[in-house]
Amino acid sequence: MTAGKDSPHDLLEAIGGAPPADDCIVAAHDVHKYFGRLHVLKGVTLSVNLRETVVVIGASGSGKTTFLRCINHLEKIQSGRIFVNGHLIGYREQNGKLVEDRERNIARQRAEIGMVFQRFNLFPHMTALENIMEAPMRVRGVREAEAREMAESLLDRVGLAAKLDAYPSQLSGGQQQRVAIARALAMKPALMLFDEPTSALDPEMIGEVLEVMEELAHEGMTMIVVSHEMGFARKAADRVVFMDDGLILEEGEPEAVFANPQNQRTKDFLSKIL
Amino acid sequence: MSASPAHRTRRAPLLAGFALLALALAACSSSSQVGSYQYHWEYFWRSIFQPDARILGGLWLTLSISVTSQVLGVALGTFAAIGKLAALRPVRMLAGFYVWLFRGTPLVVQIVFFFYGLSATRIYRWPDLNLFGLSIPGEVQAGIFALGVNEGAYMAEIVRAGILSIDAGQMEAAKSLGMTYPLAMRRIVLPQAARVIVPPLGNEFNNMLKTTSLLVLISVPELYYVFNTLQGQYFAPFEFFLAAAVWYLLLTTIWGLIQSRIERRLSRGVAGAAEVGPSLRERLFGTRLGGAEEPSPVSGGR
Repeated sequence: MTAGKDSPHDLLEAIGGAPPADDCIVAAHDVHKYFGRLHVLKGVTLSVNLRETVVVIGASGSGKTTFLRCINHLEKIQSGRIFVNGHLIGYREQNGKLVEDRERNIARQRAEIGMVFQRFNLFPHMTALENIMEAPMRVRGVREAEAREMAESLLDRVGLAAKLDAYPSQLSGGQQQRVAIARALAMKPALMLFDEPTSALDPEMIGEVLEVMEELAHEGMTMIVVSHEMGFARKAADRVVFMDDGLILEEGEPEAVFANPQNQRTKDFLSKIL
Repeated sequence: MSASPAHRTRRAPLLAGFALLALALAACSSSSQVGSYQYHWEYFWRSIFQPDARILGGLWLTLSISVTSQVLGVALGTFAAIGKLAALRPVRMLAGFYVWLFRGTPLVVQIVFFFYGLSATRIYRWPDLNLFGLSIPGEVQAGIFALGVNEGAYMAEIVRAGILSIDAGQMEAAKSLGMTYPLAMRRIVLPQAARVIVPPLGNEFNNMLKTTSLLVLISVPELYYVFNTLQGQYFAPFEFFLAAAVWYLLLTTIWGLIQSRIERRLSRGVAGAAEVGPSLRERLFGTRLGGAEEPSPVSGGR
């Protein structure tokens, strides 16, 4: 798939082009996270630049999904800082301490961050179109006609123009995940987070979802993808990050990391999945 | 006839109905005996087919009080359910206290306490209320209040179970789209929970229609009050109480039909959900074979 900036299927065109922003979209410094006594993130530091696609790999339990969920504050952190677009996520600083922000502010920040879940999490009581229109209308106050137009155009571009009025239960897994991507894009996010977007899919449906994601990456969306799809990482990622036991152990260009991993843990992990 | 056990169970309610009718007829035929009860079936038939203003008034009160109390109960129950699931401990405790208090004391006591207790002490005297040209007597207000607040405590558990039945991913997806908790609750979680809530809610309202008869204690002239007065006046308890039963049965039957329509509408977009609700026949005479394997609508596997 070779969708360039001027591809006729321009996904970002549907939402009015890639968002303008500072160069550094995500800056995470020394993030620590505990589940009770379990120390799951042990000082994660990562920055992601505008238009960059970062793929996070690592064994299950390495903390990669937790880290992703911290970026839009679906998980609290115990120390460290996460900035998205220059804004501290989920917290205010008071005398050097982190105090959780008001819900309204957190919601406003989340609106700028799209998220795609492993299990799609489409709203089952709404059609594909309604799933996409809901947040722009209720959160952003977009008028119905406008929201509908955008939703139709987004569904068209993820190849589901014929499924506007289908309920999630009437769609295949791959189709549902494409609707979920369109739903997240409808908020015109500055950043897209993908949490193992293909691991709940039947093998024959993985391709159609990855295709949409590759296209999105090529069009310049800033993306963080937790995934084991090495093919996707090779084709679309600017950087691959390897996490193990709550830490980032290695990062670099996909080819470099895959062909010549420096860390022994990375070598072990890659030898198991490649 | 191949009388399998399943067949027999399914027809049991119907047979029971016939038996009851036969019993009634037998009772009638013995009316000529000296010293026995004098049947006045015309009282019964007139109460059903030519109800006077009193009966119609009672019917209206029963219906309007039931609906208002149930609406109040659902609203209170929803707030209490959300309160019980709140992150803040004081909120959880407050909601828990409410449910504990009103489920732990008899409804009868609540009714008389709220009306007689509050008015005698002049804490609140339940003055008549004029709403849109409709005069609402104090005892009706007290009745609606008591029934609604009591119902809220039971609805709280039903709504809570409904909310808990919705996958946590739904709330997360809504939040990730920038929705606040109240908005996500209202637009995403509660509409889905409604599908789980409606069957037990239907039970609750069915109960409510009949429970309003307790308001006879505070002299609300609802259906039971009216028939109780009539039977005393004409000394015909059999005919009038039987007629009262028929009226209640009519109300609950009509409600059953409405409920199945609502359930059908709510199953939108749900894979495997029955396209049609139970038929009239199933509603009236029971559906499940044996009835044992009917799943609980709250904890059930749908």
